Amino acid sequence: MHPLLITLLTIGGVLGGTLGACSYLIYIERKLAAFIQDRVGPNRVGPFGLLQPIADGLKFLLKEDVIPAHVDKFLFILSPAISVFTTLLAFSVVPFGAASKDGIFPWIIAPQVDLGIVFIFAVSSLAVYGVILGGWASNNKYSALGSLRASAQVISYEIPLGMSVLGIALLGGTLNLEEVIKVQATGLAGWNFWYQPLACLIFFIAALAESNRLPFDLSECEQELIGGYHTEYGALKFALFFLAEYTHVITISFLTVILYFGGWHFPWFATAASNYAGAEFVKFGVLLFKVLSVIILIMFIRWTIPRFRFDQLMGLAWKVLIPLATANVVLTMVVREFDLNRWWLTVGSFVLFLTAGFLAIDPLGRSRATKRRRPAAAVPVAGGHHAH
Amino acid sequence: MPIDSKDVTWVEEPEMGFWESSFLPAIVDGLKTTLKHVIKYEPTTQQYPEEKPELPQNYRGVHRLNRDEKGRVKCVACFLCATACPARCIYITAAPAPKTEEWVDRDKYPAKFDIDELRCIGCGMCEEACPVDAIEMTSLYDLTGMSRAEMLFDREKLLSVYDKTINSGKDPARTTRGRLGPASTMVTPEVIAGSSDEKRVPVQAVPEPGSGGH
Repeated sequence: MHPLLITLLTIGGVLGGTLGACSYLIYIERKLAAFIQDRVGPNRVGPFGLLQPIADGLKFLLKEDVIPAHVDKFLFILSPAISVFTTLLAFSVVPFGAASKDGIFPWIIAPQVDLGIVFIFAVSSLAVYGVILGGWASNNKYSALGSLRASAQVISYEIPLGMSVLGIALLGGTLNLEEVIKVQATGLAGWNFWYQPLACLIFFIAALAESNRLPFDLSECEQELIGGYHTEYGALKFALFFLAEYTHVITISFLTVILYFGGWHFPWFATAASNYAGAEFVKFGVLLFKVLSVIILIMFIRWTIPRFRFDQLMGLAWKVLIPLATANVVLTMVVREFDLNRWWLTVGSFVLFLTAGFLAIDPLGRSRATKRRRPAAAVPVAGGHHAH
Repeated sequence: MPIDSKDVTWVEEPEMGFWESSFLPAIVDGLKTTLKHVIKYEPTTQQYPEEKPELPQNYRGVHRLNRDEKGRVKCVACFLCATACPARCIYITAAPAPKTEEWVDRDKYPAKFDIDELRCIGCGMCEEACPVDAIEMTSLYDLTGMSRAEMLFDREKLLSVYDKTINSGKDPARTTRGRLGPASTMVTPEVIAGSSDEKRVPVQAVPEPGSGGH
């Protein structure tokens, strides 16, 4: 087959697959939320509510598309499009199977992009323009606040996100996602998670923040901002924002699995050497299984951890994640430079984690009790002014 | 008046230990809790249209006008309910009881008795006020209608609510069934208590006294 035709087919497959997966992930999320909260969840449309996503999609399509009179019309329409476009574009360099040139199917839209990870970060951080423009164009205070929060948050978390991946680039000597998997496909001990556990944690947290998911959904919290940047959006344009968020979740789950958990690799039946009939599909299945596990974990975290306060959010990024990620990069550089055993990285990660924890309890060696205690006499009383 | 400093109690935030400030054990604990709910899945919600709620006996739903032992409307048109009603939703027109054999023991009866169910706030004061236990609230809660006029319940509709609910098992007459309430005859409480053992048979509606024209 002509390579262009194959690429078009892949794009179609990925688009359809992602969108379909999104709608059913929303179904899974709603069911899971219901189970966690001792409810039943969607159960009216079809058996077990299985047709609910289709009904929801139809509703979004058929609803009246309201554009409020007070909005900047051009930007208002543009911003959901930017959101979806950028998140889908990021998916083009993500291999969703054992990508190879020889196989019948490439399992990736744009094969052998050596920029891989950099491209994804560059494109997916563009998604914040959708949010900012949406909030700005809405001409609404809540929306503007939401988009301001989103911009501050995404820019802050971009740094630990990039830093945490640098370690992997140093270890494998490549930014190409296909190569990153191949480097790890040497056995269970080859997975980057064992050498970069701290980076994995940082990456996961930062990626959650990037995708505006709870506990980092400050840009769209219903309670404070009535939906934030998408307050004024309805019908299909809101659906596009929603879709962008879910696609982002899928992308970061893929990235977590590919970067830290060996991608399609699994010992015994999905290794680099396995070439039995249908091995490609087994690898595809293994990758999907891992990705689904990460997505389910993300959903569990959403219904477990309450939302951060904004100063806590910024504090976490600037005071904890960025220093730790920097230290981790230095650690990886040291190990690579002096050709030490890789397991030193594991030890080093834990040492860094423990150090950070101890620093958090007692930053300057002073007792916390003496630092915090305020004498009762120091209370300023309102009548005190007369004494002066 | 400034607050005296000795009246101020300073509350210190609890100190966080190593594991607490790393947040991980707390997150794992939280995940365990949520996971437990998924594994031991016991939904506490009701599937409403299929499963009807179990309402308490003193639920204040749609009104009904009770019938006495002869099947006549129990109401004696004393206007106490209409007076007690804070929403002013009860409209009564009183008339002298017809001079027939059937109504010989009664002086007055409601020629018209309308309750605007849209105005009603469900406070139950009409029920409290009624001296003869004629007006009662049932456990019917799913009251709907297509027009305002439909929700204006007249006497016959209120009596039909009685016929519908009295033997449904959910809405027993809460006070003296059949007989007029304690205000009508100066009976002792023992007699009233005895009267509640009556057999539960729906009493037949008597012919409309006003329909003969008088």
